[in-house]
Amino acid sequence: MAIFINENTKVLVQGMTGSEGTKHTARMIKSGTKIVGGVTPGKGGQSVEIEGVTLPVFNNVAEAVAATGANASVVFVPPKFAKAAVIDAVDAKLPLVVVITEGIPVHDSAAFYAYAVAKGTTRLVGPNCPGLISPGKSNLGIIPADITGPGRIGLVSKSGTLTYQMMYELRDFGISTAVGIGGDPIIGTTHIDCLRAFQDDPDTDAIVMIGEIGGDAEERAALFIAEYVTKPVVGYVAGFTAPEGKTMGHAGAIVSGSSGTAAAKQSALEAVGVSVGKTPSEAAQLMRTILNNKKG
Amino acid sequence: MDLFEYQARDLFESHGIPVLGGAVAYTPEEAETAAASMGGRVVVKAQVKVGGRGKAGGVKLAESASDAKEKAAAILGMDIKGHTVNKVMIAQAAPIEAEYYLAILLDRANRNFLVMASVAGGMEIEEVAHKTPEKLARVGIDPNIGISKEKAREIVLAGQFPADVVDQVVDVLLKLWAAFVAEDATLMEINPLVKTSDGKVVALDGKVTLDDSADFRHPDHEALIDHAAANPLEAAAKAKNLNYVKLDGQVGIIGNGAGLVMSTLDVVAYAGEKFGVKPANFLDIGGGASAQVMADGLGIILGDSDVRSVFVNVFGGITACDAVANGIVQALEMLGAKATKPIVVRLDGNNVLEGRRILNEAAHPLIQQVDTMDGAAARAAELAAK
Repeated sequence: MAIFINENTKVLVQGMTGSEGTKHTARMIKSGTKIVGGVTPGKGGQSVEIEGVTLPVFNNVAEAVAATGANASVVFVPPKFAKAAVIDAVDAKLPLVVVITEGIPVHDSAAFYAYAVAKGTTRLVGPNCPGLISPGKSNLGIIPADITGPGRIGLVSKSGTLTYQMMYELRDFGISTAVGIGGDPIIGTTHIDCLRAFQDDPDTDAIVMIGEIGGDAEERAALFIAEYVTKPVVGYVAGFTAPEGKTMGHAGAIVSGSSGTAAAKQSALEAVGVSVGKTPSEAAQLMRTILNNKKG
Repeated sequence: MDLFEYQARDLFESHGIPVLGGAVAYTPEEAETAAASMGGRVVVKAQVKVGGRGKAGGVKLAESASDAKEKAAAILGMDIKGHTVNKVMIAQAAPIEAEYYLAILLDRANRNFLVMASVAGGMEIEEVAHKTPEKLARVGIDPNIGISKEKAREIVLAGQFPADVVDQVVDVLLKLWAAFVAEDATLMEINPLVKTSDGKVVALDGKVTLDDSADFRHPDHEALIDHAAANPLEAAAKAKNLNYVKLDGQVGIIGNGAGLVMSTLDVVAYAGEKFGVKPANFLDIGGGASAQVMADGLGIILGDSDVRSVFVNVFGGITACDAVANGIVQALEMLGAKATKPIVVRLDGNNVLEGRRILNEAAHPLIQQVDTMDGAAARAAELAAK
């Protein structure tokens, strides 16, 4: 088991024929993901060969699902066209849609998120995220597959490179699933969604949660941990030194007045018993200690 | 991007929201001319993107055009919470009977939009929410449904607006929503929305934040950018498409990925406590760290006279460390004699051994390699202390 994806996940790539789409389709195939086709409006009927696999291209997701039995998609479509691509996938009732694209206007994300919620049949991950990986099973997005292998730690993070860094720090333990939920103000899957899924996943023993400045998702996650999560959770929060009112790379990473600070997030997590590392390495060390004690 | 009050006023006006006369002035003389055209009695308001300007003396009533000139001369050049006042807004003065509050914003927690409306305006809305929550209507808006006339009326009534202004406020709310959508805003706040003595409802002061990600469909937003206020290093970085924020420390930071760079700043700040140094900037060079991007980034950071050492922190995910290493070496060649400060490099991840080998082989006198992020941060902090 793993959360949201497994070895049977059949994946479409929306925007597969673009340069990013092609590059990452090759990487996903190499890491064992079952890619079954691509969607590029206007290019339906063509096929492309990537990593020795001939992949059909469809004009829309519904056609692609009918022909391939796909149950997930990864979106690499540029910001201008991303909203239409996501709505296409939601209309086709695809259970999982992972939106990698960075720079989607927040009005578009708000619209496709509300649309997906109203339809009730699609889980969105992202946008502006690296995707998710269950090492050895499936890899939807751009997370490098060779950082670590399968294991029993669940990882959820707003940041891509911090996800990679943490997977690397814990490479001797391995990962059940790592989910990069994205750094935008509106995202489809939250820390809480992942915490719930990890708590319910029999193959996950412990959870690492990485947050960053902006919004109050970490504070809400802390409340959720208190009421629902019994597995050990280690936290890390980035952005203690971020000045007020400046966007730090991610569109959602901004301290507004006194809200959204790293300090508030850290104390909310610590208040519910989550050990929070001062640096990524320290957080990894905390997790290491927990798992070693468990073994012993 | 946050707008100045006068920009918000103009934007409101262009969407049919009632406003009073207003004009921006960069000099006392311009202020005098603008005041004269409005009949003399005006309010001179410092244009800064920070709250509390009234308390700081940045808002003054002027009785005549010449008084406006004097008041503008006093306000221009003021420092309000670290923001220098470069311009003032000359606003038509009007007798005010009541102050209300109306805003639409992005609600991150509920992942939709939020309307806040209250009969109690003119103060911080947090204060209203705290003291008289019954006077504040907070209503979530589905972006795919929007605000109908019926919904707008419901909201305005819930905000306890008096009957004589309800129709006007409903109209303002509908126009504000239309503007919010049309301009890709994440915040449009009118505070106060006022009733003047002749019974008209007008927007007296406004705050607007526009979504930079939507710039591609708003070529006109380019004109709203405040180039004067940008730090010269930030402006130079922006021109090279670099994601850079100037901070006030001594350790220059380059990394890949927003989260990792934020984390790098923190780790340097901890390590720097011992040495009395702090991070000098945020710079995310993103996924494809080409030699040119690395050179551009190093160029900006080495151009910061506060910087005494540089920490390049890269975790090779998609980017291979050998490409980053080559980028650093070539960047130093391109910069030549301009590169004078020690550079601590930490590489990990994709193709790290080859990356480290390339840097070792280059044996550049400025480059020091440290294998861990925490160790490299400590080294960079120590070098900056000297």
